[in-house]
Amino acid sequence: MAEAGTPKKLPLDALWRARTSKFGDFAGYDMPLQFEGLIAEHNWTRSHAGLFDVSHMGPSFFALPKGHGLEGEAAHKKVASLIERLVPADIQGLKPGQVRYTMITNAEGGVLDDLMIARPAEPGAAGDLYIVVNAGCKHQDWALIEDATKGEANLVRADDRCLLALQGPSAHVVAAAVIDPALAEMSFMSVKRYDAFGRLTVTRSGYTGEDGYEILVRAEHAAELANALLAHPEVKPIGLGARDSLRLEAGLCLYGHDLDATTSPIEADLAWTIQKRRREAKDFPGAARIVAELAHGPKRKRVGIRPNDRAPAREGVEIQAGGKRVGIVTSGGFSPVLNAPISIGYVDAEFAELGAGLDLIIRGQARPATIVPLPFVPHRYYRPQKA
Amino acid sequence: MTTRFTKDHEWVRLDGDVATVGISTYAAEQLGDVVYAELPPVGASFAQGADMAVVESAKTASDVYAPISGEVVDANAEIKGENWQIINDAPQGEGWFVKLKIANKAEFDALMDEAAYADYVKGL
Repeated sequence: MAEAGTPKKLPLDALWRARTSKFGDFAGYDMPLQFEGLIAEHNWTRSHAGLFDVSHMGPSFFALPKGHGLEGEAAHKKVASLIERLVPADIQGLKPGQVRYTMITNAEGGVLDDLMIARPAEPGAAGDLYIVVNAGCKHQDWALIEDATKGEANLVRADDRCLLALQGPSAHVVAAAVIDPALAEMSFMSVKRYDAFGRLTVTRSGYTGEDGYEILVRAEHAAELANALLAHPEVKPIGLGARDSLRLEAGLCLYGHDLDATTSPIEADLAWTIQKRRREAKDFPGAARIVAELAHGPKRKRVGIRPNDRAPAREGVEIQAGGKRVGIVTSGGFSPVLNAPISIGYVDAEFAELGAGLDLIIRGQARPATIVPLPFVPHRYYRPQKA
Repeated sequence: MTTRFTKDHEWVRLDGDVATVGISTYAAEQLGDVVYAELPPVGASFAQGADMAVVESAKTASDVYAPISGEVVDANAEIKGENWQIINDAPQGEGWFVKLKIANKAEFDALMDEAAYADYVKGL
């Protein structure tokens, strides 16, 4: 749900406008869409490091009220149990400094948003969670969280700050040089605070399939941080256009397209986000449908699709088998890495076999395509070997 | 030879009764890197404004409309051969789409000339 009226300016609006004029309204924010060119930016991120401004998103802190009297693990378990009323992931089981990807589900087992929930590493932050939701859903999500936990915890919006994503194989070198050498050693899906550029909340995570970081910085220090990162020869600014082609190659869902209130996490091939304790407890919204689909399989499945020819199959393209409708494309475009069109879609379970042939109905014409594994391009996340 | 333009950013250059048609430099810049294009077969006829071709960038798919009525007498072999880069490199030259045998020169005369199109683009 975009906010009505004139789109909001990013805190770093002037900094981006000095580098591009290609802006567009996204979820109520005036966002840089493109700098050098979508494919050039895409390839730069895959080979060096791209800097994305994702301050339109919804970072927030969710915390037990002051004077809660609980310590360490007990405080975490309490705050985690509150947020678990809305999501099917095991949040109580997060270790200090761990991040999990999950979904807010509705009573019918559909997805209202996908989000990240982090347990801070610092002992002093016991009883806090750091939660980042999608731009287009943030007002809905925050209202749902507040309604479900009224009087038991406080939600503090942090979307007046800047959220910068640094993504790509050089991201760790740049982050270590510009922010703190310790960033290079964080493992994928971890969170840590750093006393640099004011105070930063950094997660090693992203939306490109590459190694990288998402960095929450106060608006008054954001330009200083962005300029320091951009001054590094490995870094270029990247617009929302390439962000979409990068996440598509990485097989990651875009909410409102590949996920919506009718889609279950199981249909979306996100069963891995629901840990054992929650599956057994069946204590989250939509558990009846979700647990049944875990046991018996969903009616339709999210799959990767490679058109056999060159025509991209974009969102809304009908998928047929033997002349009969069996699914729909929910995201599609062009993969610069594969130099070929790629799509994500939902297909009736009986037709969702890897390697199966399907037809994509593009401008009224049936074009052959093949179901392939996701991601289209392998993820390159950083997970240090345990000693 | 005069080049004329449509509000949908096609250009037309007339040589006798054969019109060469493509997309404008402005349109190519707006699209970005072309990753696919589909041209009509020789012999196909189009009324002015009808969907005639498709050009897709990494970003989006765009219809290309017949800027004037006519019959396709040639389609750019470079584009048919999947050299879509030519559309970005030379949209108003080597990156032409089709040649049309025109039916009504008045349709051509009514289109914007170069100066009018430049003004039009400035206002976008």
